[in-house]
Amino acid sequence: MSRKVWALLCAGAIVAGAAACSSSEGESAGGKVTLTYGYWDEKNQGQAMDKIAKEFTKTHPNIEVKIQFTPLKEYFTKLQTSAAGGSAPDVFWMNGPRFGVYASQGALLPISDKIAADKVDTAKFPKSLNDLYTLDGKQYGLPKDYDTVGLWYNKDLFDKAGVKYPDATWTWDDLRENAKKLSDPAKGVYGIGAAPWGQEVFYNTIFQAGGYVVSPDGKKSGYDDPATIEGLKLWSDLIEEKSSPTVQQMTDTSPVELFQNGKLAMWTDGSYDATTYSGTEGLNADVAPLPAGPKRKATVIHGLANVIYAKTEHPAEAWEFVKFLASEQANRIQAETGAVIPAYEGLADTWVKSMPKFNLQVFVDQVDDSVPYPISKNTAAWSTAELDAITKAFSGGQDLEAGAKELATAMNAALAKE
Amino acid sequence: MEGAVARAAAARAEPRRRLRDQEWFWGYAMIAPLVLGLGVFYLWPVVQSVYYSFTEWTLFGDSTWVGLANYRELFTGPENAKALKNTFVYAVWSLAGIPLSILVAALLNARGLRLVSFYRTIYFLPVVTMPAAVALIWRWLYNGDYGLINYLLSLVGVQGKSWIAEPSTALYAVVVVGIWMSVGYNAVIFMAGLQGIPRHLYEAASIDGAGPVRQFFRITLPLLSPSIFFVSVLTVIGGLQMFDLIYLMFGKANPAYADNKTVVLLFFNKAFEEGAKGYGAAMAVVLMLITLVLTVVQFRMQKKWVHYA
Repeated sequence: MSRKVWALLCAGAIVAGAAACSSSEGESAGGKVTLTYGYWDEKNQGQAMDKIAKEFTKTHPNIEVKIQFTPLKEYFTKLQTSAAGGSAPDVFWMNGPRFGVYASQGALLPISDKIAADKVDTAKFPKSLNDLYTLDGKQYGLPKDYDTVGLWYNKDLFDKAGVKYPDATWTWDDLRENAKKLSDPAKGVYGIGAAPWGQEVFYNTIFQAGGYVVSPDGKKSGYDDPATIEGLKLWSDLIEEKSSPTVQQMTDTSPVELFQNGKLAMWTDGSYDATTYSGTEGLNADVAPLPAGPKRKATVIHGLANVIYAKTEHPAEAWEFVKFLASEQANRIQAETGAVIPAYEGLADTWVKSMPKFNLQVFVDQVDDSVPYPISKNTAAWSTAELDAITKAFSGGQDLEAGAKELATAMNAALAKE
Repeated sequence: MEGAVARAAAARAEPRRRLRDQEWFWGYAMIAPLVLGLGVFYLWPVVQSVYYSFTEWTLFGDSTWVGLANYRELFTGPENAKALKNTFVYAVWSLAGIPLSILVAALLNARGLRLVSFYRTIYFLPVVTMPAAVALIWRWLYNGDYGLINYLLSLVGVQGKSWIAEPSTALYAVVVVGIWMSVGYNAVIFMAGLQGIPRHLYEAASIDGAGPVRQFFRITLPLLSPSIFFVSVLTVIGGLQMFDLIYLMFGKANPAYADNKTVVLLFFNKAFEEGAKGYGAAMAVVLMLITLVLTVVQFRMQKKWVHYA
């Protein structure tokens, strides 16, 4: 049959929902295997993924890797459908909040045994990231990259208010005091943005106050813990003191935009937005470590992992590829592009040097104090309620303590169903 | 005279009877693609949804039969009552767009109006614009700090709000956008309706001494009532399905979001974000029944006020 006819048949099969073309093609070529690798960030990381796939084939000539791009907006919907239909990519990107559902419902291949058998040194990755992709004592993914949160500040606004730049010695008291000095609500300038955002904002202070979001065994919500409530209260106080715009204002214009436009003197944001601020014209900013809370220093760490689809036809080859993805060589390729901090120890330097005007070392140094992004088996079942409740509390729609306790009850009910 | 008509009809009916079998076949053959399409893409999903509403799903497609559990949960959740109320409020308020559309249609229909096609384009533009673009523009207009609306209000000394971030105003802010988007489409239907009203009725009325107001209420409105009926049925159905504008305009960490969810938005949360597909199906089925009941009620009520000329 001619190529054209095959192409047509394949197209027809895809339309009919049977995307079996690629895998059968891989097997027919006499021992040669084609793996598919699913990911969602073509703009920043496509080049690196492409290069990694090619390098891998150099050392494993019998395995070809096809990278398969899906925009993040559709990534998980598509992945969920294809995993249900048995046709997910052999290896794909995974994030923390989605991991629990995929692992607990058998969509991911556990790799603890393979890690042990091949003596892969997981200590080369931040421990909190290994933990993030471990469920019930079994590891399912090897870390790919990571991000932590830092205290971004606008130097011009600090200079104008005569306030010293933040540094590693800052505590919550320094933050509050200086945020007040930096605020000028009449001009629409505020000390800090107390947005009801988890990773960037309130998760960090919950941990700094000694609280928690989900108990380590994933069975209990931490929102009725006094320390957790203390961590939330810092932000609602900042809003009340007019050191932060109201939640309403930050809904109309996001804190990221406010910071870019010189309307926020400080804003806690992840390493992933460094390129955004680096590219903002007229923004004279830098970044410092997050201030220490009453109990400890802490920052949320999150990062992606490469995982293997449980029903892959080529588990051995997929593992070889994941092992390569976790190697120094593959991480170095990632580091060179500068989009993310590679997970492999010692390779963050390349990223840090990619934007010399910022003290990006802060993000790397904070890994020692980092706490994994809070998740449970089915994070999505409570994250909407969490966002609703905290948004309401921060915007004055409900008493903070009562709202947090109510949230804890709802969240415990959701956790009990897992 | 009458006999001749009957004879002619009988003569025509004769060959028709012979053709009937063939016509029957071709008639159904012609509508088959449509019926098949309706069946596959509309009816079958409805049947499936009803079935799924009695099941519980895991994320990766295994379902178990749970009987009425989803429905029981549906009637106990406080969120659902609120969402239903919001949906009704939205649907009822969006009816306010109808008088506005009639006014626009009447003005565009006025004799001697210049640049008619220009105005028609202007009013119809929102209909063909993507909801995402509409939502984006209105978000800017409604911005509490930098929005055009608050700027205009400040000129007359009024302090504006963060319109779409305040629980008390957010839903109405969306209603305004919804009406703005629908006026053009409705006006086209009303213009057609207005053009269908015979001129001579107005001439007779003015000879009898009726002024323009009386003419409007005694001639225009009654004869436009079939169009009004059609538009109001569509508006209510569209209002009950409100999703895109709220989803696009609110964003996630919005203080107004939790209190102003509509049924379809809640359905989206449950079925696609939280993965509770069976529960989502139950919501969809209930919404379908509500829509059905409201539509039937409207059809019943039309006898009271709709005049077919």
